[in-house]
Order: sequence, then C-alpha cells, then structure tokens
Amino acid sequence: MVGALLPLTVRGAQVRRRGKRLIGPIDLVLDGQGVTIVIGPNGAGKSTLLQMLHGINRMSHGTLNWAVPADEARRRQAFVFQNPVMLRRSVQDNLAYPLRLNGASRSAARAAAQTWCTRIGLETAQTRAAMVLSRGEKQKLALARALITTPDLLFLDEPSASLDGGATRDIETLLKQAVADGTRVIMATHDMGQARRLARDVIFLRGGLIHETGTAPDFFDAPRTPEARAFLAGDIVE
Amino acid sequence: MTDLWAGFAEAARLLITLDPDLTAIALRSLQVTLCALVIACAIALPLAAFLSVKRFRWRRAVIALLNALMGLPPVVVGLVVYVLLSRSGPLGVLGLLFTPSAMIIAQVIIIVPLIASVAHQSLRELWAEYHDLLISLNTTQCQRIVALLWDGRRALLTAALAGFGRGIGEVGAIMIVGGNIDNVTRVMTTAIALETGKGNFALALGLGFVLIALAILVNLAIHWLSRTETGRQW
Repeated sequence: MVGALLPLTVRGAQVRRRGKRLIGPIDLVLDGQGVTIVIGPNGAGKSTLLQMLHGINRMSHGTLNWAVPADEARRRQAFVFQNPVMLRRSVQDNLAYPLRLNGASRSAARAAAQTWCTRIGLETAQTRAAMVLSRGEKQKLALARALITTPDLLFLDEPSASLDGGATRDIETLLKQAVADGTRVIMATHDMGQARRLARDVIFLRGGLIHETGTAPDFFDAPRTPEARAFLAGDIVE
Repeated sequence: MTDLWAGFAEAARLLITLDPDLTAIALRSLQVTLCALVIACAIALPLAAFLSVKRFRWRRAVIALLNALMGLPPVVVGLVVYVLLSRSGPLGVLGLLFTPSAMIIAQVIIIVPLIASVAHQSLRELWAEYHDLLISLNTTQCQRIVALLWDGRRALLTAALAGFGRGIGEVGAIMIVGGNIDNVTRVMTTAIALETGKGNFALALGLGFVLIALAILVNLAIHWLSRTETGRQW
C-alpha cells in the first residue's frame, strides 16, 4: 500500500504569505517505511512543511507529485495537529466521523469506534463529550481518529507537546503499532528523546530550508553541519 | 399602574377561563410564527454555514447586507409583500393576500436575515476551530456545512429563538398583509393593537402578558426538547 502512494517528490516548493517566505525552496523525496522526524528550532517551518505536504497549506511555487493521483493521495493520508481539534460530539462520534465520511455504515463505524475506544483506554468515556477530555486523552483520541481509516501516510505535528510521560508513552505505542501495520509516519517534534526513540530518518529544518537530512543514527551520532551539531547539543539555533 | 394591575387580572381571567377567542388567537399566532420559523431556518441556517465555509468575491458584501437587513422595517416588508400579493400584483393570482400564508411569507422575509446573521456569528467561530481538521479529512463543501450545522446546533438554537422572538412579536407587516380579520388572520399582536385602538387597555395588556408568557413557554419547551443543558452527555 505504501509503495503505491509513495514516493512523494517535492521540487522547488515554497510557501509564501503576504509576500513573506515561510518555507522553501524545498526539494525532497519521501519513500520507504518507518518514521521520518522533522526537527528544527522554533519558526524553522516544521508545521508549515507538514501542512504543505498534506495539502492544508498551499504552495506558492514548486511541484509536489505523488505516485498516485492527488485526490487518491489525499484520501490515503491523515494529519494530527499539535492542538487536538475535537468535534463537538461524543468520543465515539469523533472516531466514527472519518469512517462515515468514507461511506461506512453507521453500525460499522460505531463498531470500529468502540474497538478503538477500548484500544486507547477510553471505553468508559465513549458517550462523553470529547471537549471535556484531558489534553492527553484528546491527543490520543485525535491520533486514533487519524488511524481509524488505516492511512498509508500519517503526518503528526508535535503530537506529544506538553503531554506527561504516560500520555507520551501511549502516543508512541500507538505510533509504533501503526508503523508495524505499514503506515508511513512523518512527524515534527521538539522532543529529542522521542526523535531518537522513533526516527528512521531525520529532516533538520532551519530558516524555512532543509538544512540537513540523513538516517537517524547518522544524524544523531555524526551531524554534518555545525548548526545541527549545535541544535543537538542544546545550543540556541535560529 | 391601575391599568397594569387590571391587565394582570384580565390576563389571569383569560387564562383561567381558557377564553375560546384567546385560545384561537394564540394558536394562530403560534401556527404562523412556527411555520415562518421552520421555513426561515431552512433558508437561513444553510446560508449562514455556506457563508462561513465558502470564500467568494462578494462574501463580505453579502454578510454586511445580511447584518443590515436585520433591521429591516416590518412595515416596509408588509407593504412590499402586499403589493406583490395584491390582485394586480405579480403574485396576485395565488390569492394569498389576507391569509395566514401571506403573514408567514412576511415573517419569513423579516426573520431570515436575523437568523442568518446570528447563526453566521456562531458558525464562523466554529469554522475557525474546525477549518484545518475538516480540510485534512478531505471533506466536501457540503459535508463541511453539514458538520457545522450539526455540531453548532446549540448555538443555532439561539439564532432560531431570536427569530421566533422577532416573529411572534411582529405586528406591522402581518397587520398589512393579514388584514387582522377576526377568526382568519387575527393574531395576538394585531389583537393587542386593535384593543388598544378601541381603548380596552386592560384587555390589550392582558393579551400582552399572555403573549409574553407564550414566548417564554415556547423558548423553555425548545430548550427542554433539545436538551441543551444536559452537561457532559452529548
């Protein structure tokens, strides 16, 4: 499935808003399996890059080509935002919504939602309003809502930012299972520990440009650029 | 002050004796306004959702116009509907003038901008919250509108109730297009206007208090039926 959707080839992509360049030009080829971690200092363009690849942010210049038609590519990917967006519905209805959009019957969507509620530990909260969950529960729910359609490609924008250790562990467990099931993951994070735990390869962004890329062991053990070395050492990089 | 107390007493008498005239007028008021409300909601709510999710060239102008039309003078609306429905008017062949249908048409025209404007304020905020998620889920324009209307239903109830309040208390337009005909188009507000004109202040005030009670009862009933205050269970 992943092989059919990828490779994603990006050439000269730029995102500009009101004349200001946010990111780019970006050249990138995404393929294979596992987790690609996008890291960089604040304002480097991590979120903008993910949103551009997913199609939420429109490119001002450049091309972005999937191995399948763009419409099909959009249907086979999902996005988890840094601040989980909850529909003003019950936990169960939040989970069922993407399935209903894809044409699943009400009963099938409900059954899948119940399964996922159990899987993420919210089985007793199925009929509760999603808005009243804790932040960690909301983020787990947002991730489950993204995974319930078994996407081939999943974008995550700092999914465990400001979560406690337990919630972060739950998120990573779900992610590892998704990767084992064949989902390709592209994730932005500030958490270097998480990056080391999950990454197969790394994209280091700085000033809206890809500054360095490489496999996780290469990047973390022997970064090529002084800026990447400084960033990993915890120095302030702008 | 004496008139007020007399009004209370008259209202109590009308309610206790279940005055047949009052019952008929009250039911007609409810029938006209609830019909107008249903039709107006069917027009205004999808319009409000559409204006929230769709960006087009004249969008701001349409929103500004809707807001301006909230203050539409009912007498002018009544006059325009009268001209359209009068025998020599373009819709005269329908024979609707001086019928409850004409009153419903006038009320719909008056309350659509109000409901659409209030609903748009709420749905715009909800759309700002949902924007990225619904785009990410690859939803169609229609699915976005449905999601906003469903998830914003509690806020939309407020818009609908505002429309109901304006409709049930409206007198100018329905007096013109309805004609205040006894047992046909006489409703609470036109009856109040008539009794005031005749100098029956106690009866007019009594009808007024009944009208206020009716409006409050309908509001409470709609809130109760839609279970807006049931806390954490959705």
